[in-house]
Amino acid sequence: MNKIVKYKLNGKDVEAPEGRLVIEAAKDQGIEIPHYCYHPALGNPGNCRMCIVEVAGAPKPQVSCRTGVREGLEVKTDSDAVKRAQASALELHLVNHPLDCPVCDQSGECGLQDYYMKIGQYSSSVREDKEHKGKRIEAGPHVMLDQERCVLCTRCTRFVDNVTKTHELGIFGMGHNERVEVTPGMTLDNAYSGNVVDICPVGALTDRDFRYKVRVWYLDKTDSICPGCSRGCNISVHANTQRPWHNDGKRVARLKPRVNMDINGHWICDDGRYGFSSLDSDRLGKVLRLSPERAELSWFDAAHEVAAKLKDSSIAVVASGMLSNEDWAAYKALFVDALKVQGHYFTAEPDQLGEEDALLRRKEKVPNLKGAEALGLKSGSFDELKKNLEAGKVKTLYVIERDLTKIWGDKAAGLLAKADMTILQGPNKYALGDSFTYRLPATAYVEEEGHFTNFEGKVQAYKKALAPIGHARPDWDIFALLKKAVIQPAAKVAA
Amino acid sequence: MTKILTKHFDSEPKFHELEAYRRLGGYSALKKALGQDRKALQDEVTKSNLRGLGGAGFPTGVKWGTVPPEDKVPGPRYVVVNADESEPGCYKDRILLTRAPHQLIEGLLIAAYVIGAKDTFIFIRGEYQNQYDILEKALAEAKAAGLLGDVTIHLMRGAGAYISGLDTALLETMEGKKAWPRQPPPFPTVAGLMAKPTVVNNVETLSMLPFIINEGAEAFAKIGSPKSGGTVLFSISGSVDKPGLYEFPMGTKLRDVLAACGGPKAGRKLKGVIPGGTSMPPLMEKDLDIELDFDSVRAAGTFLGAGGMIVLDDSMDAVEIAHNIERFLTHESCGQCTPCREGSNWSERILERMLVGHGEQADIDNLARVGDNITGKVICALGDTVGMVLKGYIGRYPEDFKKRVKSS
Repeated sequence: MNKIVKYKLNGKDVEAPEGRLVIEAAKDQGIEIPHYCYHPALGNPGNCRMCIVEVAGAPKPQVSCRTGVREGLEVKTDSDAVKRAQASALELHLVNHPLDCPVCDQSGECGLQDYYMKIGQYSSSVREDKEHKGKRIEAGPHVMLDQERCVLCTRCTRFVDNVTKTHELGIFGMGHNERVEVTPGMTLDNAYSGNVVDICPVGALTDRDFRYKVRVWYLDKTDSICPGCSRGCNISVHANTQRPWHNDGKRVARLKPRVNMDINGHWICDDGRYGFSSLDSDRLGKVLRLSPERAELSWFDAAHEVAAKLKDSSIAVVASGMLSNEDWAAYKALFVDALKVQGHYFTAEPDQLGEEDALLRRKEKVPNLKGAEALGLKSGSFDELKKNLEAGKVKTLYVIERDLTKIWGDKAAGLLAKADMTILQGPNKYALGDSFTYRLPATAYVEEEGHFTNFEGKVQAYKKALAPIGHARPDWDIFALLKKAVIQPAAKVAA
Repeated sequence: MTKILTKHFDSEPKFHELEAYRRLGGYSALKKALGQDRKALQDEVTKSNLRGLGGAGFPTGVKWGTVPPEDKVPGPRYVVVNADESEPGCYKDRILLTRAPHQLIEGLLIAAYVIGAKDTFIFIRGEYQNQYDILEKALAEAKAAGLLGDVTIHLMRGAGAYISGLDTALLETMEGKKAWPRQPPPFPTVAGLMAKPTVVNNVETLSMLPFIINEGAEAFAKIGSPKSGGTVLFSISGSVDKPGLYEFPMGTKLRDVLAACGGPKAGRKLKGVIPGGTSMPPLMEKDLDIELDFDSVRAAGTFLGAGGMIVLDDSMDAVEIAHNIERFLTHESCGQCTPCREGSNWSERILERMLVGHGEQADIDNLARVGDNITGKVICALGDTVGMVLKGYIGRYPEDFKKRVKSS
């Protein structure tokens, strides 16, 4: 940390570490200086000229994103000259902007709109026609590019140059013909491409997955943790519940990164960002017995029916790193303490393994294997489980939130059939969902709150964004119900 | 009239060849400089009041002094010759490269010695094909004669962008990037080419060095005005009888310059004189007695620039001139920062509308306002000139602009 120096901000004596950029130091004091090109993780080219401030003694206005705090510095962010300079910079940004806000997906979270409301001139002096550039350019599988809306802040090109180092976007042409373009021969398909949509301060880069689904002001935003891998990236769940007929009837509209410099910085990967379709499809909502005769049960009846069969059976539990710390604790109380189960299987198998890189993505695609480890739970190998199933040693197979076909492929159905009783607990039905004896619906992570412990051992909380579907309950709650039924059978309760 | 750079141009047609150049004393300054104390040489240049003749007018010796010493920042340092002359109205470097390539090479080698550069670069405007050939030949001559010592002179050619003539954009171009000016600090002398200490000097500036070394700082300073030493080249065009390249001592009166070149043309009244290339607003009739150097021209509200002098007469229209210049600046704006990118194009289009008879009083006010909003709020000097030209012409020739307002 640099030494703390005193400086004057709008006439007020304040302190900041020496060399801290004025744009950041002012933010520390609650003063937001308008800006497009500056981004704390992408540098300060100073090309948008929005963050202009007055510095005492300087011959001309300075950009606050390139001015460091020093002892005795005097900065004004609110003088008439500054307001005029910022308003005029905004005016020049808008000369050729199409002003198509009513049909622009960025509306409601657009830097041009926001600053226009705050510092705009409110009367246009532009009588000339707009210059035209390319629209609806499919930059990549996730990103749509509109060159007319672009303010050429170069955040996106700096992202692909400096963060992913993949260079799919560049500034082409010169002067007023300049535009962001996809590098010839390339497509914007790196593993982090969605981030350019977040950092684009205007509607030039929009999300193809989200476009035209919901107006952003109808979204409810909840802090959460991405369950896509063991990194534990901080995200915000943007849910559409106010207008349920929008977004094709789906509740979760999009996931956005939240800044956490200790975990994910400013970014999330595309796998995490777009991997939320299972939250609104293939969901379980009913407590079901599927065989011998299909019946919808109450939680009370189901718990006692299952608990009675669990006792004195040889049980194997297939669990998953999708469980929260709270779930793992209840899991342990039920399966280890009460039922003395020997066979626990929760390692990441092909169904939960994927690509890893130096930026964020981790190999194991579940958030919380560390949580199980912290409780001393140990997983056996799936090969061992397979052998035991084949040998008929497993009478009851309890599967929590896993798709066995993605572990054992075609053999999964046969292996499942080897057990006398099978239970599927989880939010989704998956491929073999109809082949189980019981189906217990659990909440998805957006419908509960809890904690994940990431691969570094950092414990992070996620919050409840949505109501559970149907009769779904959190996994810990189901484990607790079952434990109670194991310890205290129904007959006694009834008596 | 004292001449330094063009002294032998009329008498020696083969001044561009090594034999003639040496016969007339060429490379004696280099010989004299080599082995001398480098700091002393730098002080000598500072004392000479040599100013950057590429347009900025920054004292050359002072600029050299900002290069960090080798014991503090070890590693290579570079000298780059800015021969990317592109300012409309300027052709002095073209003629210097054509007629006196050895004068430049000698100056460059002196600078390289003072700075401690082993690799030096001449970045030459891409369109200057003849000059490139001449320079290449001269370099081969100098090399064969063993004059380069352990210094390498690399020739690099521009790709046609006006903005590359700006030192930091030039460095970006040399690194293979888009010619987007950098925003100092750091200045190139601290972190220039490949982030190494780099001195960027204009052709004319470096060509002055042999004289300064041979004749001494005092003799050079004495030729010029108190704060601008030596002579300056004017590329004169426009309403004059004898257009061409003229060398005058710094501080020569505008009136005398016009007398020498015969401007304005007979039967015409003087409308103004663009002193330094089209980016600079014109000097007016009232300025005829100012002594042309960096400071006095600046005091008159414009810039000496690179000496691209264009004489305007009463047959010319200020709106047409302003439109022409804005069209050029719009075309050449690098597009990096918004006020210049959008403002140049916008003002060009407003001016165009005025030219075709759809001007309004509001347009004039708007142009002045937009100009004011650009100058001083952009990254580089090109952007500044976008606004300067607007304000300059509207302020100097309000009648011409009023004539373009539609009477309703």
